[in-house]
Amino acid sequence: MNDFIQAYSWINMRFLFEGMWVTVQVAFVSVILSFIMGSILGIIRYAKIPYVSWAVGLLIDLIRNLPLLLIIFFTYFALPHIGVQFSVIGSTIFAMTIFESAMLAEIVRGGVVSVPKGQSEGARSNGLSFGQTLWYILLPQAYKKMIPPIVSQFVSLIKDTSLATIIMLPEMTYRAQIIYAQNPKQIVPMFLMLAFLYFVLNYCLSKVGQVIDKRMVV
Amino acid sequence: MMHLISMYGVDFLTGFGWTLLSSVIALVGSLILGTLFAIIEVIPRPVPHYIARLYIEVLRNIPLLVITMFFYIVVSGIFKINGFVSGTIGLTLYTSAFIAETVKAGIYAVPTGQYEGGRANGLSWWETMRMIVLPQAFKYVIPPLGNQFVNLVKNSSVLAFVAGFDLMYQANQISQTTFDTFNPYIIVGILYLVITLPISYYMRYLEDKLAREG
Amino acid sequence: MKKILKMVGLGTVVLGMSMVWPGTGQADEKQNQVLNKIETRHEMVWGTKADTRLMGLMNIKTGKVEGFDVDVAKEVTKLIDPKAKPVFNEVTSGTRIPLLRNGNIDAIIATMSITPERAKAVDFSKPYLMAGQSLLVKKGSSIKNIDDVNHQNVTILGVQGSTSVEVAKQKAPNAKVLALSDYATALSALKAGQGDVLTTDASILAGMAAEDKHLQLVGGVFTEEPYGIAIAQDNPALVKKINRALAKMRGDGTYDRLVKKWFGQVPGMDWKELTKS
Repeated sequence: MNDFIQAYSWINMRFLFEGMWVTVQVAFVSVILSFIMGSILGIIRYAKIPYVSWAVGLLIDLIRNLPLLLIIFFTYFALPHIGVQFSVIGSTIFAMTIFESAMLAEIVRGGVVSVPKGQSEGARSNGLSFGQTLWYILLPQAYKKMIPPIVSQFVSLIKDTSLATIIMLPEMTYRAQIIYAQNPKQIVPMFLMLAFLYFVLNYCLSKVGQVIDKRMVV
Repeated sequence: MMHLISMYGVDFLTGFGWTLLSSVIALVGSLILGTLFAIIEVIPRPVPHYIARLYIEVLRNIPLLVITMFFYIVVSGIFKINGFVSGTIGLTLYTSAFIAETVKAGIYAVPTGQYEGGRANGLSWWETMRMIVLPQAFKYVIPPLGNQFVNLVKNSSVLAFVAGFDLMYQANQISQTTFDTFNPYIIVGILYLVITLPISYYMRYLEDKLAREG
Repeated sequence: MKKILKMVGLGTVVLGMSMVWPGTGQADEKQNQVLNKIETRHEMVWGTKADTRLMGLMNIKTGKVEGFDVDVAKEVTKLIDPKAKPVFNEVTSGTRIPLLRNGNIDAIIATMSITPERAKAVDFSKPYLMAGQSLLVKKGSSIKNIDDVNHQNVTILGVQGSTSVEVAKQKAPNAKVLALSDYATALSALKAGQGDVLTTDASILAGMAAEDKHLQLVGGVFTEEPYGIAIAQDNPALVKKINRALAKMRGDGTYDRLVKKWFGQVPGMDWKELTKS
């Protein structure tokens, strides 16, 4: 019992919370960037521009089918060989953005495709251009449907940030490892705390997502 | 690159084998566990419902790495399990939560009339579930299951953290022996794609077919 | 037709990706660029361990890395450029060489032994600490020395990218070797019974044994692998400056003071042994 109390000392908790803040920041920036990138890629794939859409589609499929861990490693250790260099945080954000925008691109495309065909045909016959139809008719409806999947991608990102311990990103999991490596009696309490903090963070996020989703539908 | 393949071809293939093995075991395991918890959740009683809910929500919201490390470092103190087993258990539990959600959605997608019909004909709850609802539910479940398998293969890279001999682990080992941080990861990336791309494309084909059939 | 196009496309992407690998060559016109960078930015970026007691360990209270490596790095930085500020990046045995070669860090001071293999990939300073490999086991273990390790039922734990793993494979070919990503995980794995023995430099193991009374060093030091500071190739001026700084520290007593500060209190360890060059 004493070990538990010691493990949750303010010093340890502050160290963990700082890591949690890193996790949240990295995940948040990545989700915003991948939302933008994913929208662009998804629309390009949807638009069926000769060659371009096909090439973008292939790229999306390749990235979607690779492990994020591999992409993180590759960004941090291999890209500098071709002159692209990031810090640890930069690499994590870059890798997660690349990975997530490929995931989101498919969600965006799925969202746009799911809007009934009649709507875009109607808009086009009323003289709206392709861009206008997309912007005023298709995307607003698609995004509404996309809120749940996007929130669940955000939750994934928060969990996936833990993979960046491999390149020593000082996020929550890495910091918990530092703590329990120095004091083996704190291994179990640290794992419990780690699980608790991730759970609270992600569960709250999912709930907020559900509330927003309900509001939008009503 | 050719040099790497001729020198370390065996290591790459070993990694490929362990990755595939871990993914297949975890797929079977998480399918069983996931279906089980989906059924428990739809039992019309509060206690089993909330137990299943708790199981699913906890595993879904914690990083796979944390679950795996927990088994590798904490649980292995009680039961002797190595990195590969720890990783595969972590992978199974983590994925089972997602599969439970998928199967549950499949169960709910079956029209309630079917369930009511079964009960009206004197079948018990379990018989209705087993003979009428589940077989239909699985029809909706197959395409998302394919995607879960792709996720499993990708997520199995977490074995690299616990010396699980998988593709990522081999890539790290080779890159550290050769000081080449580029080509080992390209080769391993291709090997991952060899497993995941065909499944992804086949699943997309199935989804399209299912959508066309309505 | 479409399918063939797709296949060709895939092939091109893969080929293209593998061809961008430039190998060596780009360093030629960039001689001494690391030193220039340090002197213009007044900042020297060091790669240190964060999980190794006595050498480089993260202090949870302050969030800073502390240890012998860190102190030496601070002194060396001061002697190279009095205006420069040392900056510390955490590395592991597996990540340090790529990070140095990619330019993320200016120098490595992270329990890194000088070996001929590594010398092909990076340049080394003169040794700054005498190190050698030893074994760490749980108390009561039947393993007493390296010969006991050479057995089918024995699992050796080590860290990816460390020389100790290679030595272990040679000296105990019958045993199974598992390489973890960092010392924190390796130590946790030993305690969890994932392996029977953890092998690496005695100075690192001493820190672990000092922390946990259930662990002990056995088998003495059976290799001689002095630590060096590693610098990216083609930076002769920086190597020279680092060597001069190390010599000055040995001359004016700074060096002995630091070794004594970190290793003076460790039971079973003669700090003077470590200062041999």
